[in-house]
Amino acid sequence: MSQVHVTAKINGDTTEYLCEPDETLLDVLRNRLGLTGAKEGCGTGDCGACSVTLDGRLVCSCLVLGAEANGREVRTIEGMAHGETLHPLQRKFLEHAALQCGICTPGFLVAAKALLDKNPDPSETEIRYWLAGNLCRCTGYDKIVRAVQDAAAEMRKG
Amino acid sequence: MPLDTKTPIPTSFRVVGTRPLRPDGIDKVTGRARFGADMWAPGMLVGRILRSPHAHARIRKIDISKAQALEGVKAVVTRADFKAQDGDLADILDNVMAGKKALYDGHAVAAVAAVSAAVARKALSLIEVDYEILPHVTDVDEAMKPGAPLLHDGMITAGVEPAPTKPSNVTRRHEFGHGDVEKGFKKADIVVEREFKTEATHQGYIEPHACLATLSPDGVAELWVCTQGHFMVRAVCAGLLGIDISKLRVTASEIGGGFGGKTTVFIEPVALALSRKANRPVKIVMSRDEVFRATGPTSSASMRVKIGVTKDGRITAADGEFRYQGGAYAGSPVEFGAMSAFACYDLENVRAVGYDVVCNRPKQAAYRAPGAPISAFAVESVIDELAKKLGMDAIDFRIKNAAKPGTKSSYGPTYGEIGLITTLEEAKKHPHWKAPVKPGQARSMACGFWFNFGGQTCVSLNINVDGTCTLAVGTPDIGGSRASMSLMAAEELGIPYESVRAIVADTSSLGYNDVTDGSRTTFATGMATIFAARDAIKKLCGRAAQIWGIPEDAVVWEKGYARPSGANAGSFEPLSLADIAKSSGNTGGPIAGHTEYNAEGAGVSFATHIVDAEVDKETGRTTITRYTVLQDAGKAVHPSYVEGQFQGGAVQGIGWALNEEYIYGKDGRLQNAGFLDYRIPVASDLPMIDTKIIEIPNKGHPYGVRGVGETSIVPPLAAIANAVSAAAGVRLTQLPMSPPKVLKAIEEGARKGH
Ligand code: FES
Ligand code: FES
Repeated sequence: MSQVHVTAKINGDTTEYLCEPDETLLDVLRNRLGLTGAKEGCGTGDCGACSVTLDGRLVCSCLVLGAEANGREVRTIEGMAHGETLHPLQRKFLEHAALQCGICTPGFLVAAKALLDKNPDPSETEIRYWLAGNLCRCTGYDKIVRAVQDAAAEMRKG
Repeated sequence: MPLDTKTPIPTSFRVVGTRPLRPDGIDKVTGRARFGADMWAPGMLVGRILRSPHAHARIRKIDISKAQALEGVKAVVTRADFKAQDGDLADILDNVMAGKKALYDGHAVAAVAAVSAAVARKALSLIEVDYEILPHVTDVDEAMKPGAPLLHDGMITAGVEPAPTKPSNVTRRHEFGHGDVEKGFKKADIVVEREFKTEATHQGYIEPHACLATLSPDGVAELWVCTQGHFMVRAVCAGLLGIDISKLRVTASEIGGGFGGKTTVFIEPVALALSRKANRPVKIVMSRDEVFRATGPTSSASMRVKIGVTKDGRITAADGEFRYQGGAYAGSPVEFGAMSAFACYDLENVRAVGYDVVCNRPKQAAYRAPGAPISAFAVESVIDELAKKLGMDAIDFRIKNAAKPGTKSSYGPTYGEIGLITTLEEAKKHPHWKAPVKPGQARSMACGFWFNFGGQTCVSLNINVDGTCTLAVGTPDIGGSRASMSLMAAEELGIPYESVRAIVADTSSLGYNDVTDGSRTTFATGMATIFAARDAIKKLCGRAAQIWGIPEDAVVWEKGYARPSGANAGSFEPLSLADIAKSSGNTGGPIAGHTEYNAEGAGVSFATHIVDAEVDKETGRTTITRYTVLQDAGKAVHPSYVEGQFQGGAVQGIGWALNEEYIYGKDGRLQNAGFLDYRIPVASDLPMIDTKIIEIPNKGHPYGVRGVGETSIVPPLAAIANAVSAAAGVRLTQLPMSPPKVLKAIEEGARKGH
């Protein structure tokens, strides 16, 4: 199989890579680009640990081909903080102890950011349904939902 | 040990009990933290495992020649590449790589290491295994029947007198209790006896097992692995591969959940064997399908519980039979299940009998309070029914019979300070229990117990010249334990929390530590941390004495400072930890505190859970609408993470009670090996989980700490079953209470005129 040449914008930087035509974006990010923040929990689109955004849309990177990213913009957990400054969601996850083992955390943060980008004032139910594609086995979700609510409130205040 | 273990438990704390940010937090929210699959090594190969598609089959022959010949394949291993074992290691080895028989769907039979995942996959398809398919059994009751397919020739049930003459699938019988159960039942006015069944559930950690192994021809090896116990991994792998323990260095990666399921080895010895053959680093990462098929779920079970009471609500006798299937090898948690079954009650006459049974399923692994949620489900269901029959409030009935300090437990020991009654009284006072029940819903509750453990522990605390400390612990941090350890060290030393950095040391840098399990880490490693700090304080005082030129015993440590004390000590300005550290090079070199010990005195703990549930009588679907956990933590070192344990345990219990189960086809193969069909609770399934931390200090710990991680999963199965039974109007005795089962129970109940 000959490899595909891809040019994509990843976390704001133009990035070129070669990948197999059947290789997932998750594998490209993790194995070719060294961006291991996105995790593989299932590989079948059921856990959300691999969440990234593609042209601003939340996707499971295990269900997207690396080749599909050509000419598009990918954002991962590694691009969420600005320099030293954490994104309010990242800060609130820490403050609320919204992570235990932390394996689901990158996926939750990317997913929650995609929610707040669309809907800055979600209700608890909206948060719960939006995050229903992200599995967390440790926290029982309580603290995650509270962290998202708190971050949203802070971001609305600007 | 010169360390003072008998100081009174402080009544107030400076930093313990606060909620600082965890030391590994930023790494985890920025994606930098390195978990099992995130490591890379030069020349690394991809390892993949071939698994049996049959539930039970004799392996006549394995032909690896075609796979070996494939370009890009660097090593192929089978059972022949491992040293023969006996004792405990024999079963572990057989589970890691099948020998004469494949005992379950998913049992490893061979493995390859190749230059890419694609080549590895291709190589697996070229391995030819000649199987002779054998009859199988996956249900515990079926497996106990005479004439059931036998997994192991010559397995004679242990713990039975006289020893049976015929082999069976029952590996062992256990019995616990005291008094005279038959006599007790004669005194009862009401007796309830019921049969229960539960299905196996998986720990369901989000991170699949992963490791990276290097093993050179000289026997020097390195292993990077997500595990709850890297010292255990070292011991087992060194044994299975026949290498010196000192030559194998194991580093615990960050771990993406474990809940007991990462307390054993699966892929690690295989990766090492492949690496030895290929003489290159090999990484193996399990797929989710492999996690379900070939790592430990917990047991499924079949049980009978009988309890008798007098009219005024006093239990006269309790009797239970617990049959747990633990997969293909001996060692289901039925012993803990039987021991803990009646542990919440003060009983004159009690008996719990457990049977450990093997089946053609993956070997069970520990899952949070192993065995206890299952038996608690049966016992607390019968207790609930008795309270109803007596017309008593569920909490009052339990308070009347609850275990208290001085109670002889159902499994033997007599309780010290315990907090069960406090959790019940707090539950009764809680706004949740007092609120009106919403129409269409039902409320119930249940209690739970867990032993908690101590175990072998070793900690080093190094004082740095700038006055900060590095704390090296040997227990992997699953849920934020580095924060708790830093808090305890800072408390004892009297320095800021931020001045202590806790790390998980590798196996070559610290003495042996038992696995992070049994809710032992905050208790045992925490106690070791406090003792290490006390050891360091002794040395710090010694250095101050040297600086001042006074005797060592004329120096005391107070709030982070050495001070002269006593009539002849003289008067000197106190020296801070940083002052002493700064000049340590001139007073005798580096300063460190150590502890090595086998921790005892883990206090048992209890919890009471309250649940509101709504059952849709047309679909059988249950919704949990409100949930409250009340649990004794002894002392909550970092309350946010204690709450997190309570909440996480409750939600895992909700999954276990309502949805999660291993489903086997007639062919003995697992039918739902993925998160789509094995559905763990998601955010939209749940309400907030309210918590109340109760703190009855454990006298066995200098700060009063008890384990917290496990007790929280013991009550939910029963609490939910009780609420669902009340909502459905019929007693549910089988888990999970998935919609079809609930619907069937409602329909049958209607037919019987309930
Ligand atoms: S790994 Fe992509 S959704 Fe689970
Ligand atoms: S924190 Fe462990 S899975 Fe979410």
